[in-house]
Amino acid sequence: MNNQDTNREAILSTANNLRWEVGENFHDTLMESIYENASAITKRAVTLPTKKETVSWEKKIDRILTSRYFGFPIMFLILGVVFWLTIEGANVPSGMLASLLVDTVHPALKSVAAAIGLPFWLDGVLIDGAYLAMAWVISVMLPPMAIFFPLFTLLEDFGYLPRVSFNMDSLYRRVGAHGKQALTMAMGFGCNAAGIIATRVIDSPRERLIAIITNNFSLCNGRWPTQILIATIFIGAAVPAYLAGIVSAAAVVFIAVLGIVFSLIVSWGLSKSVLKGEASAFSLELPPYRPPRILQTLYTSLIDRTIFVLWRAIVFAIPAGVVIWLVGNITIDGETIANLFINWVNPFAFILGLNGVIILAYIIAIPANEIVIPTVLMLTVMSLGLTDVGAGSGVMFELDSVTATQDILIAGGWTLLTAINLMLFSLLHNPCSTTIFTIYKETKSVKWTLIATFLPIVMGLIVTFFVTQIWRLIVQN
Amino acid sequence: MNLNQQNCEVCPVHNAGNLKRLGIDMKNFDFVVALAGNPNTGKSTVFNNLTGLKQHTGNWPGKTVTRAEGGFEYGNSKYKLVDLPGTYSLLSTSTDEEVARDFILFGQPDVTIIVADATRLERNLNLVLQILEITDRAILCLNLMDEAERHKIKIDDRMLSKDLGIPVIPTIARYNKGMSELLYSIDEIVTGKYVCKPHRIKSKSRELNFAVEKIGKKILEEFPALPNVNWVALRLLEGDQSIIDSIRNGDLGKIYSVGQKKLELESAV
Repeated sequence: MNNQDTNREAILSTANNLRWEVGENFHDTLMESIYENASAITKRAVTLPTKKETVSWEKKIDRILTSRYFGFPIMFLILGVVFWLTIEGANVPSGMLASLLVDTVHPALKSVAAAIGLPFWLDGVLIDGAYLAMAWVISVMLPPMAIFFPLFTLLEDFGYLPRVSFNMDSLYRRVGAHGKQALTMAMGFGCNAAGIIATRVIDSPRERLIAIITNNFSLCNGRWPTQILIATIFIGAAVPAYLAGIVSAAAVVFIAVLGIVFSLIVSWGLSKSVLKGEASAFSLELPPYRPPRILQTLYTSLIDRTIFVLWRAIVFAIPAGVVIWLVGNITIDGETIANLFINWVNPFAFILGLNGVIILAYIIAIPANEIVIPTVLMLTVMSLGLTDVGAGSGVMFELDSVTATQDILIAGGWTLLTAINLMLFSLLHNPCSTTIFTIYKETKSVKWTLIATFLPIVMGLIVTFFVTQIWRLIVQN
Repeated sequence: MNLNQQNCEVCPVHNAGNLKRLGIDMKNFDFVVALAGNPNTGKSTVFNNLTGLKQHTGNWPGKTVTRAEGGFEYGNSKYKLVDLPGTYSLLSTSTDEEVARDFILFGQPDVTIIVADATRLERNLNLVLQILEITDRAILCLNLMDEAERHKIKIDDRMLSKDLGIPVIPTIARYNKGMSELLYSIDEIVTGKYVCKPHRIKSKSRELNFAVEKIGKKILEEFPALPNVNWVALRLLEGDQSIIDSIRNGDLGKIYSVGQKKLELESAV
């Protein structure tokens, strides 16, 4: 045993002694040898094309897409086109799904329930609560997702997203964060939880924490539909009809870009205060452009993203529907719980340019951002006591067109300001429960999880407050 | 008739029909196969092709940050396939590189498939050569051959295979091309039909070669079964703490004696 130990130590000491002899730069010598070997082998096996014949078109594209002047405008333009296609394309199928699931299936279910004599509360919870919530989520979420995700995946497969990161990289380094944060931010556009797991590519713990905390500023799957719908209803309606699609798409791009700006500001703030330090260097490889496989992309983005997100939304919408029905039907002193809460927060919400309904909707929708809009609409109808739309108190109803949604919201006292603030608040509020859990798993720290959770809310409150005050000073006077 | 049948059985295309994708079922596997390579060369695509799983793939460097595992069955053997994070080298100290290196070194895969981008062969070979220093059972999967063709790059895969001392399989993983040849090659290595004679890096520095040789001799006295003495010697020269530790506590010897035992068992059968 002892002999074995001495043998082993002898190996180590031999190595220690020889380390001085081979000199400090032996690591470089080794790397050089590897490169030389690799190059010699390559020379024997590879015949390269005569120069200038090919490749140049890729370089040309890169020069434009990542150019100092055109890089950002092109990025805005591409994102804008994607949203415009989504907004223009989703309206009709949405209406068709709604008329099927809500106008046809819902009454059918109700009559079945009546036929078998379900008690009113069970019928309410199951059919008016859970089923309608699910129907709403499907008809509002499915069409935009089925258009948006394949387009986004095509961009990803083509190799455009790493170019976005390349454009953003120097900005992130300038604010003291890791350049790879640009990559994880871009992944956050799909799903924040995925973006946070992707921060594992960042070696420095300091920079990784910054990337984790700021990932929530990338608009995610669950929030795109909210942005798109509200932009369509209010921003699009504020301009002539032929401009509506373009202007609402531009508004969504603006919010997405604003999110990037906030992630830069917060990264800067963190790296200058609690997470001080220098940005570390790294190399970002631009992958080659690859012709996307369109059919496969359609298939996988439908399975991996659309169905996945939709399923998640449904899973969370069903219990939320039950909760909504309950708060809308259980009364204290003749007033429903929902109304009591809404009236109680209204003064505070008014300062923020929002309303009590939105605040309550965000509380009910903490598990998943996807169900914010359905919840908002349902609560609005309920608190107004509108009985001519939808199926009455505590029922998530469906609207056969965007205009009908608009009528409800305007009846609920919504203005352009409310819409803008909702879009801002949708960008700046706590991450969803899955993301919060992921942050905890990745950081193993309650402190940073809490910071990552509450920092965006505080910012959301501050931003909507100032926007509201300035709006009321300028526009309403 | 009989002759025909035999011919069919040795043909890799016929054997592709024997691939059974087991998804996440990795019970009672006989062999472990690792997937290594530079970022964004299509490791996850190969992984999905062989296991039938749907790891999200994308045109992104650094998409796989964790180890993914799946199973497949081919030619009466069950395999566990491990998708490692993409790395450019095994010589630095970032976490994803350590995951890949430690798995190839300590996880002792029976075969390591190195997926390389055919359009960027020279840079990919840097990693290939480093992996060949650690393990002597590897296959080079020359992926993205369609892009190489598009860029009018011609690769003599036989020459490459001769120089590297391992099988070289040209593939287009996105279109599932070359997978049966790859499977056939995996089978040949684990059954010992193909014996790799991996290329070992030759350095021009006489001092370095001398030092490596001297340390190598010492290591062999203590751990005679070690197949990659030179690499361990280099790591010691660099002062790699995890290798120093594995020498002190004898883990280095244990790993290889386990590998040895498995080989002995196989030859006994």
